[in-house]
Amino acid sequence: METSIWRPIIYLVGIMAFAGVNAAYLGWCERKGAGRIQRRPGPKEVGPAGLLQPLADGIKLMTKQLLVPQGVDGIIFRVAPVIAMIPAITSMVVIPFSGNIQARAMELSVLLLFALASLAMIAILLGGWASGNKYAIISSARAVSQNLAYEIPMLLTVIAIVMISGSMNLRDIAIDQQGGFWHWNIFRFENGHFLYMWVGFIIFFICSIAETNRAPFDMAEAESELVAGFMTEYSSMGFGLFMMGEYLNIVVGACLTATLFLGGWDCPFGQTPGVWWFLLKIYILIFTVIWVRWTFPRTQVYRLLNLSWKILIPFSLVNVLVTAAFIKVF
Amino acid sequence: MTILEQTQAALAPLFPAQEEPPAAAEPEGEEPVEAATSPAERRPGVATTEYSRQGYHLEVLCEPGQLVAVAEILDRQRFFIESIAGVDWPKQEQLEVVYDFTTYEAEPCRVAVRTVVPRTAPLVPTISGVFSGADWHERETFDFYGIIFDGHPDLSRILLPEDADFHPLLKDYMP
Amino acid sequence: MTLPVELRHDETFVLNLGPQHPATHGVLRVKLTMDGEYIVHAEPVLGYIHRMHEKIAEAGSFPQFMPNTARMDYLHALAFNHGYALVVEKAAGIEVPERAEYIRVITVELNRIASHLLWWAAFLLDLGGFTPLLYAFDDREKVLDLLERITGSRLTYCYMRFGGVYNDIDDEFIAGTRDFIRRLRSRMPRLYHDLVTHNIILIKRITDIGFISAEQCRRYGATGPVARGSGIDFDVRKNEPYSVYPEFDFDVPVYHECDSMARYMVRVDEMEQSMRIIEQALDKLPDGPVQAKVPKNLKPEAGYYYSAVETARGSLGHRLVCDGGKNPYKLKLRSPTFSNLSLFGEVAEGMLLADALAFMGSLDLVIPEIDR
Repeated sequence: METSIWRPIIYLVGIMAFAGVNAAYLGWCERKGAGRIQRRPGPKEVGPAGLLQPLADGIKLMTKQLLVPQGVDGIIFRVAPVIAMIPAITSMVVIPFSGNIQARAMELSVLLLFALASLAMIAILLGGWASGNKYAIISSARAVSQNLAYEIPMLLTVIAIVMISGSMNLRDIAIDQQGGFWHWNIFRFENGHFLYMWVGFIIFFICSIAETNRAPFDMAEAESELVAGFMTEYSSMGFGLFMMGEYLNIVVGACLTATLFLGGWDCPFGQTPGVWWFLLKIYILIFTVIWVRWTFPRTQVYRLLNLSWKILIPFSLVNVLVTAAFIKVF
Repeated sequence: MTILEQTQAALAPLFPAQEEPPAAAEPEGEEPVEAATSPAERRPGVATTEYSRQGYHLEVLCEPGQLVAVAEILDRQRFFIESIAGVDWPKQEQLEVVYDFTTYEAEPCRVAVRTVVPRTAPLVPTISGVFSGADWHERETFDFYGIIFDGHPDLSRILLPEDADFHPLLKDYMP
Repeated sequence: MTLPVELRHDETFVLNLGPQHPATHGVLRVKLTMDGEYIVHAEPVLGYIHRMHEKIAEAGSFPQFMPNTARMDYLHALAFNHGYALVVEKAAGIEVPERAEYIRVITVELNRIASHLLWWAAFLLDLGGFTPLLYAFDDREKVLDLLERITGSRLTYCYMRFGGVYNDIDDEFIAGTRDFIRRLRSRMPRLYHDLVTHNIILIKRITDIGFISAEQCRRYGATGPVARGSGIDFDVRKNEPYSVYPEFDFDVPVYHECDSMARYMVRVDEMEQSMRIIEQALDKLPDGPVQAKVPKNLKPEAGYYYSAVETARGSLGHRLVCDGGKNPYKLKLRSPTFSNLSLFGEVAEGMLLADALAFMGSLDLVIPEIDR
């Protein structure tokens, strides 16, 4: 790897741009997608097909006042939205967009991503706690229990992947899957044996929806129960940062899913691998997330926890055991 | 025996002064109409009314003291409470409370229980111990008329602000 | 750092749900004493949109109160129109022409479908499902267009008159209504049932939630879908037939599960029954006038009158006391949701917050009707 000063700068700008564009335009995609599903046009007034809507929203949010209500813990209240954004952007550093587009190929990049994912939960906890609002507190408590519950099956499935690939480096995991969709972890054949990794894929995908607090698992936000959950007291860019953090988390989740299970930048037919395949995969995943959100009603918080502790964790444990057995035997 | 007759028979012992209420009261369809403007002129008792004309089958005029007993009888007959309405009769210096009961049974039977209290001391026993649903209806009547329901667990304002000091449905109330 | 929530000595805290809360659909406030996410005690606080309609009724003449009736239950306004018209007609002894009765039934049932559609949409919204809202509003829009054609308004109708209705219906309305029924029937199985009713998340969310026993219903005087979801076969249209309802063949859906799912199913089934009634009424629609001759100055005989109608939420009663004058001496409105909501406190005890809100949604609250 070259050690030029330009590399960090280019990647810094690149990642910031990628994060910014995604955070802004996923909102647009979500509204357009929701509109499509709900048989209405969605945003269409600002710019062609409403493409300037995110810009208008951004300007609106930025020009508004960040209200700090009486009785809140001022510093933490202001810092929490920033904490929500930082891990989401930082995660992008280790994501291999293609064979040669990756800011930093760390050996323990999987571990780093999970450490950062936990930090996002801290932001929700702090934001809710500092708000001094009862709805926000309930929401924070829910968010923490939910994140705790879903990190376990998520990590367990990743352990299975790490065992197969023999590496915790996302880049190595992706390289390991090159050469057509039959090499991808989700359809993995090992020495003529099917590895049933699609079970892991489903578990991982459900967990990533839950980790990012998306419907039907949006217990923390749950606007019909908790008004807006931890965001109840936030206005202006405080709210905006939380929203952007949420969208970036979805992007990171999709990137991770694509890298771990769908071969990263690999072409399904074994030819012309490249960044476009990676982007195609993550946007299909993101679309699925949006689709799910606008189709299903919300679950109940205790059912959500039951799903994790009683179904997903046992399944992912079995998944790890089976994978280990396969690797040992074949 | 129809529900109407059963109820009549069950209520009859409460009003011993009346001569054989179920049979005798049958043809008196017109009577409550005359009694309307002056509720106090009628003596307590059970009377059937003309359903097609007035929309209910049985009318019970009772003393405030008999209310709980009437409610208990109606409760045993599987009635439920529809509403409680107050009526202000300033000329007679009286407040009237009209309770409406009906039943879930296929055969319609509506019972109206009417009682009057003096306007200066509007005190009626609560029936919220018998019908839980009467709780809010009594609070509403208290809210609008200032009728005190004796023994009510929480007789506070329900629809008006909690610090209101007036009873708007009294005829002499001027906003 | 101070605690963000002040706990009382028994570790509970008070949570004010409303009056501005997305799930209370208006301005209902519920004072909840919470132990974590469990409700220890729930007390609805009413009156935030109280307008004293009963006093307004006493101040004006009989026809003057008609527009007010629609301002109470704005979702099933025609039933309130109908109820008030019925009680005054009863008191004044006014005969209604048959065609007018049929038109009343058609419009009231159309309005009932619109009301149930809106409830369905809002209930799903309470449960976090956004998309069904738009589908239901799409269909509801068709009903409102139809009713707008003949009544002149879309929400707060003042369509009924003593002795008839304000406006006759025309062929276009009849064709439009048939079209609407065909459309709703074709959309029901896929958009309503496949997408929502059979959705496992919804089923898990509302089955066994908000158990109301039949005895509880009776003690509190619950009516309408709330009672019918608890196995009580009570529908004023059947039990105390009014207008021309006896002429039609329709069923009263009754479910015995006593939970929110049962109430959900009752309402969904009722839409189908309403469509049956409308179809039969359109087939049988007689010719003739739609308005009887009614004296300008209505002075019903002195007396006590009661009339009940079935609204989308339950039995609506009008207790009318006349003194022979041209104003109602006393008009008491027995609004169904007032009684239905009064059992909320008892049932919600010990529930989780999320479940309690699902349960509250299943009661189908219309706040202006409670507060009047």
